[in-house]
Amino acid sequence: MTEHVIPRSKPFRLNWDKTLNTTGAWVLALLWFLPLAYAIWTAFHPALYEVRFDLTAPLTLENFSKAWEAAPFGRYFLNTVILVTGILVGQFILCTLAAYAFARFEFPGKSVLFTLVLLQLLVMPDILIVENYKTMRHLGLVDTITAIALPYLASGFGIFLLRQTFMTIPKELEDAARLEGCSILGVLWRVYIPLAKPTYLAYGLVSVSHHWNNFLWPLIITNSVETRPVTVGLQVFAAVDGGLEWSVINAATLLTSGPLLIAFLLFQRQFVQSFIRAGIK
Amino acid sequence: MKFARTTAQLNWIYAWLLLSPALLMLFAFTHYPAIVTLVSSFFSTPRGKRPAKFIGLENYQALINDEVFWQVIWNNLLYAMATIPISVAIALVMALWVNGKLHGLGFLRMAYFTPTVLPLIAVANIWLFFYTPGFGLIDQIRNGLFGLPDQNLLGQTDTVLWAVMAVAIWKEAGFFMIFYLAALQTIPPSLKEAADIEGASRWTFFRRIIFPLLMPTTLFVSVNAVINAFRLVDHIFVMTGGGPDNASTLLLFYIYEQAFKYWQTGYAATLTVVLLALLSILAIGQFFFLDRKVHYR
Repeated sequence: MTEHVIPRSKPFRLNWDKTLNTTGAWVLALLWFLPLAYAIWTAFHPALYEVRFDLTAPLTLENFSKAWEAAPFGRYFLNTVILVTGILVGQFILCTLAAYAFARFEFPGKSVLFTLVLLQLLVMPDILIVENYKTMRHLGLVDTITAIALPYLASGFGIFLLRQTFMTIPKELEDAARLEGCSILGVLWRVYIPLAKPTYLAYGLVSVSHHWNNFLWPLIITNSVETRPVTVGLQVFAAVDGGLEWSVINAATLLTSGPLLIAFLLFQRQFVQSFIRAGIK
Repeated sequence: MKFARTTAQLNWIYAWLLLSPALLMLFAFTHYPAIVTLVSSFFSTPRGKRPAKFIGLENYQALINDEVFWQVIWNNLLYAMATIPISVAIALVMALWVNGKLHGLGFLRMAYFTPTVLPLIAVANIWLFFYTPGFGLIDQIRNGLFGLPDQNLLGQTDTVLWAVMAVAIWKEAGFFMIFYLAALQTIPPSLKEAADIEGASRWTFFRRIIFPLLMPTTLFVSVNAVINAFRLVDHIFVMTGGGPDNASTLLLFYIYEQAFKYWQTGYAATLTVVLLALLSILAIGQFFFLDRKVHYR
């Protein structure tokens, strides 16, 4: 009798366990997805349907065109693109050079300097807004895209990440290249950088999404349409009181996060893998 | 020997040349401002033609007597104490689910991770709409399903901080999930097989094997969470502006107000010193506290 009960109850228990987990995971996922779904709903429907969930409600792009006309989002996008590209290029160059020095050279003061680099993971430029603003004023850079980018160019995280990657590359490859007459920068360019491509991709994605989304420092240092990135633009747009319908604000909100969101949905797997890779190191 | 010496010296020069651009920028925008912040916390705010003058600990005295400051510190500590454990715990659960073999894995991963890609400022706008009294989704549900009256969650001193915390948790959990997911993928499946042979329950397996193995990740994630709890204040700008009655003002937001709204840069520097001190203490303390557990398990 018992022999019959055990094999029957075991698969049943397992299924139950799995069902419970699946249900929990889905409930949480729906809860997590709800705010975004709601924003998408309101953005694509006339204002009338903001709180009425009628599946037959007409779809419209009017909210997007209204938002686009109400504020210079085109210019804001251009500013953000210039900003994130500039930061990315600067970070790649500065961090690569520094990471190479830390990974493959012996020199006095190495460990002290490396500690100072890592210190930036804790003491971030995001916090030092008061003094960095003063510095920018002295340099005459207030209200420029350069000023938004400068504090982030030497990234402690980037240097650390690339150093870890460079250290896993066999030294023999470098020695061989040097024997062939490659210069130091030549070795870096021909051996290290090609082999570290996945790390560059991962770091690039993290950096772009971070600086696309950055808000406080750009808010402080910019005060004109010509320099504002989309995040600050959105805030200026949404903070204007009166007259703006929620559907238009939600459309503008989606607009600002749109490029990143679409890129994420298209390359979801690579995106998550990159973040994982950046996290492992 | 002479040759070896010169190569070594040549290497020093190369290393310094390679490092100098990055270090120059790092010192200019991280170390230098950090030190100057400390120095200017002992000076008054320069006004017009009157330069800053040394006033010793006066700024710190003002700080101790500033009731708003203490409220802000309390707000921020409460904010950290609530958002960090909750978002880290949710992140762990998410990672365990996404790492399993559940139905609709693609959707689950997307739903959990998407908030991470959105700008916090955009997220705040979406949630602001959620919280709108009488009109937003939360009140729609309260009215429609439970017949409860409208409630202005962002307009009351006792609910506003929690409403803001919910946004931070929603935004951060998916990000931390990624790190747990990465760690889970390095755990060899043979451990699970061994546990199954021993007849260990899933809970025991998690508690005795998975969780200790994830300890370094937990350390890393929670240090990050601490930093974010003090660094990210974008949503405050959109949702509450620190109000009502400073009930949702966080430290960095207060620094912003003092420096760029009232132009009290001396006082703002003093507040920044407090922020830096708090961050160091918390991060280092956490490191020692959790690091012991990491090794001695």
